[in-house]
Order: sequence, then C-alpha cells, then structure tokens
Amino acid sequence: MTALTEFRDVSFAYPAGAKGRAPFELRELSFALAPGEVLGLIGPNAAGKTTVIRLLSRVLRPSRGTIMVAGEPAESLGRVAVARRIAVVPQDVPQGFPYTVEQLVLMGRFPHAPARFFESREDLRIARAAMAMTGVEALAAEPLDRLSGGERQRVVLARALAQEPRLLVLDEPTSHLDLRYQAECVALLRRLNRDRGLGILLVSHDLNLAAEVSDRLLLLAGGAAVRLGAPEDVLQESLLEAVYGCRVSVDKHPATGRPTVSVLWPDGR
Amino acid sequence: MTGGARLLWVCGGLLALLVAVAIGSLLVGAAPVPPGAVLDLLTGRGPAGGSDRTVVLSIRLPRVAAAMLAGGALAVAGAGFQALTRNPLAEPSILGVSGGAAFGVVLAQVSGLGQGVVEALGLTVFGFTGAVAAGAAVYLIASSAAGFPVHTLLLAGVIVGIFFSAAITVLISIVDANRLGGVIHWLLGSVAPIPPSQLGIFALATAAGVWLVLGQARALNLLALGEEGALELGVDALRVKRRIFVGAALLTGTVVAFVGPIGFIGLIVPQVFRMLLGPDNRVLVPAALLGGGAFLLAADTLARTVVAPAELSVGVLTSFCGAPFFIWLLRSRVARVTP
Repeated sequence: MTALTEFRDVSFAYPAGAKGRAPFELRELSFALAPGEVLGLIGPNAAGKTTVIRLLSRVLRPSRGTIMVAGEPAESLGRVAVARRIAVVPQDVPQGFPYTVEQLVLMGRFPHAPARFFESREDLRIARAAMAMTGVEALAAEPLDRLSGGERQRVVLARALAQEPRLLVLDEPTSHLDLRYQAECVALLRRLNRDRGLGILLVSHDLNLAAEVSDRLLLLAGGAAVRLGAPEDVLQESLLEAVYGCRVSVDKHPATGRPTVSVLWPDGR
Repeated sequence: MTGGARLLWVCGGLLALLVAVAIGSLLVGAAPVPPGAVLDLLTGRGPAGGSDRTVVLSIRLPRVAAAMLAGGALAVAGAGFQALTRNPLAEPSILGVSGGAAFGVVLAQVSGLGQGVVEALGLTVFGFTGAVAAGAAVYLIASSAAGFPVHTLLLAGVIVGIFFSAAITVLISIVDANRLGGVIHWLLGSVAPIPPSQLGIFALATAAGVWLVLGQARALNLLALGEEGALELGVDALRVKRRIFVGAALLTGTVVAFVGPIGFIGLIVPQVFRMLLGPDNRVLVPAALLGGGAFLLAADTLARTVVAPAELSVGVLTSFCGAPFFIWLLRSRVARVTP
C-alpha cells in the first residue's frame, strides 16, 4: 500500500538567524505515514515539529532528501495536487480575518477547482457537511473575529475537512478547547479515521493526547528523530527525561492501558 | 443566494446607477443644451452639424467616458492594493504609486514622444513604469519579516510620494514652461475630453488591468489567511501577488497618463463597498469598477458645473471628500475593516 506521505532523509536549514545563534536545522528525517494511520509527532519546543508541517504543506522546500506524497515526489506533484491530499489545520486564523465562517470553510474547496470563479453547489454542500461534522453550522454567517478561540478552532477544522484530504495534519488541535470539546474533537478524529480511513499527523505538546489517539509516535529533538514506535516504546521515563530535561513519571492509564505522562513538579528548593 | 446570482444583482444595480449618472452628466454643462436635443443627438436623430452636436458628442461624451474609466480603474486598483497589502488604507495615491506614475508621465511629456495615439501609448507606458518603480520602492522600504505593518506601509508610501513630487518639480523647473502647457492643471487631476482613438487605448489598458486583478480574485480572498495559509491551500501566493501588483500598477499608470493623479477614489470606493457587500473580492472588484466609475463621473460633473463657466479640478473635489474619510477610517475602523 502506498504511504500517504513519506519523508526520505529530509534535511532543511533555515537561513542563519540572529547573531551568535546557530540556525535551526532538521537533519535526515525519515518516516512514512500509512493510509488510515494516526502518527503523533511530539518533542520539546524547537524540536522541528512546525518545520515538518511546513515541509509537508510545501511552504518550505527540503534542502536535501525527498518528500513523497501518494507515491510521487511532492515537487513534481505540484502545490494544488498536494493540497487536495493533505490538509493542514493551523492553530488559528490571522487577526482581523474578515470573512464569515461559511466563506472560510468554502476556501477549503479551492484546490479542487482553482480555476473556478465561484464555488459550485456541490462545493457548498461539502462545506456545509464539514461544518455539521464539527458542530459549527449554526455559526455559518458569523464573522470569524466574533467567535471564541474554541469555536474558531472547530471552524478551521471544518475547513480542512471540506478539503476532503487523505491526510489531515493537526497543529495542536485541542489547545483552545475546553474538556468537553477536547473529548468531542478526539471522538470526531477517531470517527474520521475509522470510517473514512483518514490518515492523521497529530502535532502536539500534549503527550497524553498523543499517546491516547496515535498508533505510533515520532519523538523529535533538536531537529532529529530520537525514536519512532508504539506509544509505550517511545514514552519511556528515561528517554523523556533526557529529551525534555525534567523529571517525569510514566504510568498506565487505568481505563485504556495507554501510557500517561506526568511531570514531577520540582518544589523550587 | 449563490455567489453568481449575488454578483449579477450587485452589478445590475450599479450598472443602472452608472447609466443614470452618465445621462445626467450629459444633460448638464456650461453651454446650455436643451435635454430633448441631447437625447436626440445621443440616439442619432439630431442635426448633422451645429454647436449642440459638438458640445454633446465631442466634448461631453468623451469626457463622460474618460471619467467612468478613470474612476473604475482607480477603485479596482485600490481594492487590489488593499487586499495585496492586507491594509485597509492602501490606495494608489497614499502608497505613492500615483506619484511615481505622474513622474513617468511628466518625463514622457518633457521628452516629447510624438502626437495622438503614439503619444497616448507612450504616456501610458511611462506612467505604468513609474507606478511599478514607486510600488517596488514602497515594497522594499516597508516589507519586513512580519509582513506589512499598517503604519510602516503608509509612511513608506508618503516618503516615496514626496520623493517623486520633488522629482516632478525639478523636471518642471528645468524645462521651458511653454512645453508644459497644462501640466499644473493635470497634476491636480482633471478629466478632459479625450479623442476616440486615445480613449480606445485607455479602455484597453483598463480592461487588461481589471482582468489581471479580477482573474485572481478568488485566490486573493485566500491570501487573507496569510501567505502560509494560502500556500497550504494550493495558492501560488507569489504569482497571485505579482499579478495583482502589475494589474493595479497598470490601472494607476493609465489613469495618471490620461487624467492625472486623482486621489482617494481608490480608498473611498472599495471601503464603502466592503462595508456594504463584505470582503469577497469576486463581488468587490466588479462593484468597485462600476461604482468607482459612477462616483468619479458624478464628481467630475460637479467639478465642471459648480463654478461654471470656470472649472474645478476633479482631484481637488475627491480630496475634499477623501481626506476626512481617510481620517475617520484611520481613527475608527483600521482595527476592524481589514480586507
């Protein structure tokens, strides 16, 4: 089966930054994401998680190595074709974004017919179905800047679903959501994953969320892969303590049997 | 209502308004021509000669056409610059782009490019080149890693505008005043009757500029997500921006070449329609084209009748409306009405 995406020895370096600071580099990263797989991408700040998203959505181009999308090099597939297969869910929309919820969700239809001037009725139907899935259809006519952070996050997810991708890339999907919507968001992602075989790349600081929903975890640190494997193989106390530089305790969730991570808070003495 | 139906309604309404303003404008003027005679001449039933015919068909009609083209072109250029820079105050004259175009046109005039159509083409090319140069300068001064901060962009525009107006003053001072006939009047922005062949060039250049902007309207909407957000959705952001920039600069350069640097149309018209119709550029750009035409035509009609038989520069009138509007926008809406 062809992987949804595959990184083959991908390296990337940002142009040299401020004086004295070594520029960030991603070094020879390799991994594959199979259809229907949920891969959790974790790691401390500046590990390279955002760089992986930007490489995947072709905002950045690798300096070495190849990124394959649906069995073809992304370079030769073209930007629009990549956007039909991979949808990125950013953390938020820019400040002062002037469009309504429905207009934003319809923008997800762009890669399916970029030459079309107005969206078709079919586009509108798909957009409305996506809004219903994330529970924002009642907000259709609202401007984005009148919504709460959690509502905006669900709208942005609806836009990605309207894109009808094979792979959904989520950047901290639950950061603005309260517990109830976190639970609903996870339920929705699981349903999409199970019913439609949607592949998911979940980028998150929340190790417990990643452990809970991911089939495999990829732990990045300093721009290189530290470990790739099942959650219980990656979430090891000694490994996490070395990578994050703080004391942690890894336990087993009483209900699901998945590993859970908690910080052993230093007492400040 | 689908996007297409909405666009049809908006354009239908504005087209009716434009025709009404045009008929009104043809009926009034310094030389008294009875309304019946005007209508007869327009429908081809009038006398074959006479001063009424000259006034209506050779003076008023070309002037009406020029004012409509100029207003529509400037409003579309303004809408384009606003969406491109994601700055509600961007506009050809405020960005200094009109100033660059004016310098190009004055340069062409003092070097003497010939007569008639050749001159019109030359002035358009020089105006376009000046607009591109000024736009590129503003871009280089104002762009930073964080995009275009609202106030930095405006300051860069003001600085580039001052530079080019100084350059124009230098050109005017070193050249024999006789060769510069109406330059001072033209620099204030004034619509004059344009012969049909030159009007054809004006219309073609305007059509090309509108096509460049309107053709990218859907992708331009997606640029509101930020460059990265647009790229993620498959928009070739660089190509879209380049086309919008070339289109808006072409519109600005053309208008400046034919009627001079008229300010604030590109600010007022797109902003008013953005408040009325929302930010969708696919509706906004056609609305700005028709509404801008009607607005400048109404302003020009006022300019040539209010102190008749003398005339005001239409640019003076639009600045009188535009300056307070700009201040109001700056103080109350910058935070909220972002394109």
